[in-house]
Amino acid sequence: MLEFILDRGNYWAIIGLMMIGLYISFASGNLIKRLVGVSIFQTSICLFYVTLGKVTGGTAPILFGPDVEGGHGGGHGAEETHAALDAVLTAASSSERYADLANTYSNPLPHVLMLTAIVVGVATLSVGLALIVRIREAYGTIESDEVRAIDMETAIAQEAEQEKAEREALA
Amino acid sequence: MMDILLNAAPRWALLHAPVLLVMMPLFLAPVLALVPNGRIAWLVSIFATAASLFFALILLGQVQASPVGVVSYDIGNWPMPIGIVFRVDALNAMILLLVSAVGVLATIFSWPTVVAEINKQKHALFYSAFLVCFAGLCGVAITGDAFNLFVFLEISSISTYVLVALGAGRDRRALPAAFNYLIMGTIGASFYIIGVGFLYAATGTLNIADIASQLPSLAGNRSVEAGFAFIVIGLGLKAAMWPLHSWLPNAYSYSPSFVTMFLSATATKVALYALIRFLFTVFRPEFAFEQASFTFILMPLGLAAMISCSFQAVFQTDVRRTLAYSSVAQVGYMILGVSIGSIAGLSAGLFHLLNHAMIKGALFMAVGGVVLTYQGTTIRDFAGLGRSAPWTMTGFAIAALSLIGVPLTAGFQSKLQLGYALFEQGMWWAVALVVFSSFLAVIYMGRILEAIFFQAPINPRKFRKEAPILILVPLWVLALANIYFGINTEFPLGLARDAAAAAFGLEAFR
Amino acid sequence: MKSDHHVILRVVTKTLIPIIFLYALYVQFHGDSGPGGGFQAGVIVAVAVILYALIFGVPAAMRAIPPVFTRSLAAVGVLLYAGVGFWALLQGGQYLEYQALFQEEPGGHHGQHVGIILIELGVLFGVSGAMLTIFYAFAGRVAEIRDEDW
Repeated sequence: MLEFILDRGNYWAIIGLMMIGLYISFASGNLIKRLVGVSIFQTSICLFYVTLGKVTGGTAPILFGPDVEGGHGGGHGAEETHAALDAVLTAASSSERYADLANTYSNPLPHVLMLTAIVVGVATLSVGLALIVRIREAYGTIESDEVRAIDMETAIAQEAEQEKAEREALA
Repeated sequence: MMDILLNAAPRWALLHAPVLLVMMPLFLAPVLALVPNGRIAWLVSIFATAASLFFALILLGQVQASPVGVVSYDIGNWPMPIGIVFRVDALNAMILLLVSAVGVLATIFSWPTVVAEINKQKHALFYSAFLVCFAGLCGVAITGDAFNLFVFLEISSISTYVLVALGAGRDRRALPAAFNYLIMGTIGASFYIIGVGFLYAATGTLNIADIASQLPSLAGNRSVEAGFAFIVIGLGLKAAMWPLHSWLPNAYSYSPSFVTMFLSATATKVALYALIRFLFTVFRPEFAFEQASFTFILMPLGLAAMISCSFQAVFQTDVRRTLAYSSVAQVGYMILGVSIGSIAGLSAGLFHLLNHAMIKGALFMAVGGVVLTYQGTTIRDFAGLGRSAPWTMTGFAIAALSLIGVPLTAGFQSKLQLGYALFEQGMWWAVALVVFSSFLAVIYMGRILEAIFFQAPINPRKFRKEAPILILVPLWVLALANIYFGINTEFPLGLARDAAAAAFGLEAFR
Repeated sequence: MKSDHHVILRVVTKTLIPIIFLYALYVQFHGDSGPGGGFQAGVIVAVAVILYALIFGVPAAMRAIPPVFTRSLAAVGVLLYAGVGFWALLQGGQYLEYQALFQEEPGGHHGQHVGIILIELGVLFGVSGAMLTIFYAFAGRVAEIRDEDW
């Protein structure tokens, strides 16, 4: 049982972060804290994907050593690198694709996906912060309860004003 | 008609239509960010959306002409499981046609309202954000890659938050509305991407067709089922599925008229498309867990949306809020059609999706016209407008009748189809609920129509003031479309049937 | 200026900023054959400018690199990226097909290199421009609380 729990340490941490983030984004009255909650939530997703991409015993997914025949791979114009890459990419099936690699590599795809997700997260965060700046300027507060109360007051005041105007128009 | 188009179009357009459809607006958006002049930006936006409409028509023609009913395009010439492909079948083609056609009409409609509601320095940037949003929606509808779908979804959503917040110039409540939408929308997209992660863990691929082909062998896999739950919730949030719709009424009520009009006709529809794509193409209705979720989750939620949001609409005093709640109720009809799980049900849902876009587009255009000329959106502000702005209000009335489902209008036809599909499954009680919900629609639209045509204006307006011609033309195009497609349903119903068949992975049966 | 206790910061920053830029360029041009690329490099470029703004003040940074420029830079970056795609289309390939840029036979890698470098350059412009635009948008607002009151 303990082993079951410890083996999945990553996932427990991710679930914990996810719940924390979700809870903050719903329960907090402060707009900035809500945004922080959403950010934590998104970060936990990044951790989730990175965990998915990890292959036991795998290294960073950059071809090295015997996989780049000729040794000093990486340099510009190293035709061996091209050959190795072409072999990997044109192989018919995925098992064939990785069969002739000497080293074990982690799966790079989830990392790339998360790079995109991080960019999306940054964009969301900055739009959210910009909105908070504007809300603060328009309402003078960043507590959602107070914003709602102010909205309610103005709506009631407008209603009263309009009724008064109508009564005058009738009279 | 499609043959003429396919023969007349140049070869490059035929070859690269899928990518040009998305990239034209996405390429022109940063150009607009550099252009200082708002009017040029408007013209460029019309050009971009019209180009997208052109390519969408080409794609529709190609899909109908193709023997397998699929047009696919490999980005960077990388074949399917490795690269990102744009894959278009009858379902995508229908949604693309809807989004781009509405996009063109909305852009034409936009100029007078944008001039009135948006700060002059921001006109070009506003259109830039709009084009990004438009391209994102088209991208969601066209891509064949589950992660790419997320990226396009967020591209469109983030620009939508900005567009909604720009309503702050008229009413500061747009800001909290946009912020709420941002929080909810981001959580929805995050749920979707968690679900995609589960599917990726189970299948090792992100290509939608590839995932679909691998899932039958993974029956009973726990992570597939978890992924299903996350994806349905995430996309349901984006599609304003009841009870995840709380962002929608405020966002629609306070954003600029043009944004409300465009979003109501496209944004939730595209999210619903993505949901349908996952429910029917990726996961199959045959899967036990999906069957269970149809019967015990989606159908009750759809019915609840129809009834409860129609009730809420009855008690609103603001026309835009009434229409927003009505939108959630209409999403309920579509979800109901989807949850029947049969081709007839899905095609009824998709048919209603098309019709509702026309209805709500026309209604919000008319409201936009009233906002422009009389600066008010409460029902009281609408009193007596039937006499001072007859053309605008007649357009509004036609769309309102269509929303209620009066015979000879498009709304009636789609409710009829929904009724057939429900009777086919013996669910007469659901039909009764649909009729009851339509009855509620009579009440909430009737209140507005009564105010418009039969009440005396409270502050008698001295002169007739129609909405400008740029608003009237697209409004009447949509209003006449409501009548035309209410009498002759061949074209939209054919689209919806083909789309439903394509979603089930069948050959189009026309 | 006698009581300028930021003098060490100023001097160190002045020497650091060129190194940061250089490192950004290293990451940028290393990107087509190893780890690195436009996204990381773009953020590093933005960091250099933000560091300058922190030490010498936002108005000075805005004089050196005006907000109009950063906004245009972001737009140009996207245009460059999409433009490579359209270039490939004009050469008769698929969208973003680097192989088609110079109409090479399979096995040729010239187009691959040029394509990815241009794309990464577009990303560099886009990311650094967007980052700086975001920074200016927030930092450029008049603060409600003066620095001394913190």
